[in-house]
Amino acid sequence: MDDPNRREFIGTVVTTALASVLAPGTARADAASPHSPPGAPPPTLTPPPDIPVALTVNGTTVRLTLDPRTTLLDALRESMHLTGSKKGCDHGQCGACTVHLNGRRVLACLTLAVMAQDQPVTTIEGLARGDTLHPMQQAFIDRDGLQCGYCTPGQIMSAVALLNEPCGPADDDVRECMSGNICRCGAYPNIVAAVQDVRTATARG
Amino acid sequence: MHPFLYTLAADEPTARRIAATDPAAAFIAGGTTLIDLMKLNVEHPAQLVDITRLPLAKVEELPDGGIRVGAMVRNSDLANHMLIQARYPVLSQALLAGASPQLRNMATTGGNILQRTRCWYFRDTATPCNKRDPGSGCSALHGQNRIHAVLGASDHCIATHASDMCVALAALGAIVRIHGPSGDRALPFSIFHLVPGAHPERETALQHGELIVGIDIPRLPFATRSVYLKVRDRRSYAFALASAAVALDIRDGIIRDARVALGGVATKPWRSQAAESALVGKTAGSAAYHAAAMAALEGAVPRARNAFKIELAKRTLMRALARAGALA
Ligand SMILES: Cc1cc2nc3c(=O)[nH]c(=O)nc-3n(C[C@H](O)[C@H](O)[C@H](O)COP(=O)(O)OP(=O)(O)OC[C@H]3O[C@@H](n4cnc5c(N)ncnc54)[C@H](O)[C@@H]3O)c2cc1C
Ligand code: SF4
Ligand code: FES
Ligand code: FES
Repeated sequence: MDDPNRREFIGTVVTTALASVLAPGTARADAASPHSPPGAPPPTLTPPPDIPVALTVNGTTVRLTLDPRTTLLDALRESMHLTGSKKGCDHGQCGACTVHLNGRRVLACLTLAVMAQDQPVTTIEGLARGDTLHPMQQAFIDRDGLQCGYCTPGQIMSAVALLNEPCGPADDDVRECMSGNICRCGAYPNIVAAVQDVRTATARG
Repeated sequence: MHPFLYTLAADEPTARRIAATDPAAAFIAGGTTLIDLMKLNVEHPAQLVDITRLPLAKVEELPDGGIRVGAMVRNSDLANHMLIQARYPVLSQALLAGASPQLRNMATTGGNILQRTRCWYFRDTATPCNKRDPGSGCSALHGQNRIHAVLGASDHCIATHASDMCVALAALGAIVRIHGPSGDRALPFSIFHLVPGAHPERETALQHGELIVGIDIPRLPFATRSVYLKVRDRRSYAFALASAAVALDIRDGIIRDARVALGGVATKPWRSQAAESALVGKTAGSAAYHAAAMAALEGAVPRARNAFKIELAKRTLMRALARAGALA
């Protein structure tokens, strides 16, 4: 799944280097025709210059220089080396890239990094307090809420956000509230159990 | 993804000025339609004007009892808003039936109205599509058209409008508020979206550079008795195969007024005044609901793989009406 995007990413870097040689402004003329006929050769495109992007992730502000096309997911993974957030589909369909923006769960693959500035971002790496796991992380371990683990960071970020959302009490409510996170391994029953454990404990505590 | 210039609009005049002067500029709100389609090279704006910081995120009561919703109100906030839940349950239910919690936290009211079809050929630049490449042909017409429209289609395009929210707004008779280079306008929902005809690339009455600032939902006291029902291939996180938004005004067992709109089966959010007329004056009950369903689907045109949608839409509408009728 990562490969085409990596290729695109590398392609971006190469064309960015070319951009400095070509006259500025060519991108506008090329992109001005939104409907090229099928089969027509792809237009030559000149990327716009990189831009400064300041992201506050897990409490730390980092200043990056990015192609404006960079998603928050790619910025986290490729530039900040926070590879906990996963790329499943890159199109908003699987939830593997779920992070918190301003305390709310969103999809990092459909968020431009440049648009996430001035708002706190929390990733799976930011949930634990030192060596103490977040109760939801612990519950996923206790309940065995994973198999391969690829969807798990997204599942946990969704589950933590759910605690502050209007989600009904029943298992079916949890299933609906967690439906934006797909698990190829089918760990769903144990995920629901983990979420319910934490909700019960929170309600008691 | 094609390259673009990124501009953060600090205020509305700035956003509108940039969009008006750059024919290849697009506004970006939640980005859940636009970024997805830009990654597929289906959309390639040369400039993105970020409107997320504009002060358009309020839900307010209008003096006449209606509700004004700002374009930047997120789908999750609108769905969970007390005024919406109390006065227009159909809208809250429609929003919560759409997409996923993460997407609803991102998606905005303005962006949802302008979301593009999920026709797979539209999303695949390797195949002909009149909507994406006018004149190239419609791959769905004789292709995999199980998810396509039976109402409002033409031989140029049979793609459905995919929004759930818009089906509820069509039933409620919402007004789209627009600020643009040549002044402000307010368009009724019924004329905002266009059927494809010979120009499927034209989807709405919005002109380039015009900004949706929000919607007004008129006062409709009987909308407290309203229901959204969505039928899909799985129980959650899937687009509608058929859906119905209904509101009933029932007094002494007689339907005094009704609102009916269908989703998942039409090329635009599909209000059915024929179904509404079939209901008004009748005794609330299955005979009236059946008559409404027949009226709503009259003239539906099935394609090779989606004939089932006609019966599915009828039954979805009948069940939605029965649920609304049974509400206290
Ligand atoms: C995996 C997936 C599943 C989904 N499932 C559903 C579903 O089941 N039901 C459903 O209804 N929807 C569904 N959606 C669609 C989702 O609801 C829309 O993508 C969303 O509502 C678009 O809003 P946005 O703010 O993200 O729009 P953007 O992507 O920011 O914008 C969409 C378009 O509107 C324009 N625009 C945005 N705001 C304005 C404005 N104020 N004025 C003028 N132009 C504007 C943009 O230029 C762009 O062309 C799904 C989406 C995904 C990715
Ligand atoms: S149905 Fe419309 S969107 Fe789909 S391929 Fe045909 S023209 Fe394109
Ligand atoms: S990678 Fe973002 S939703 Fe799949
Ligand atoms: S644990 Fe493997 S995808 Fe969920």
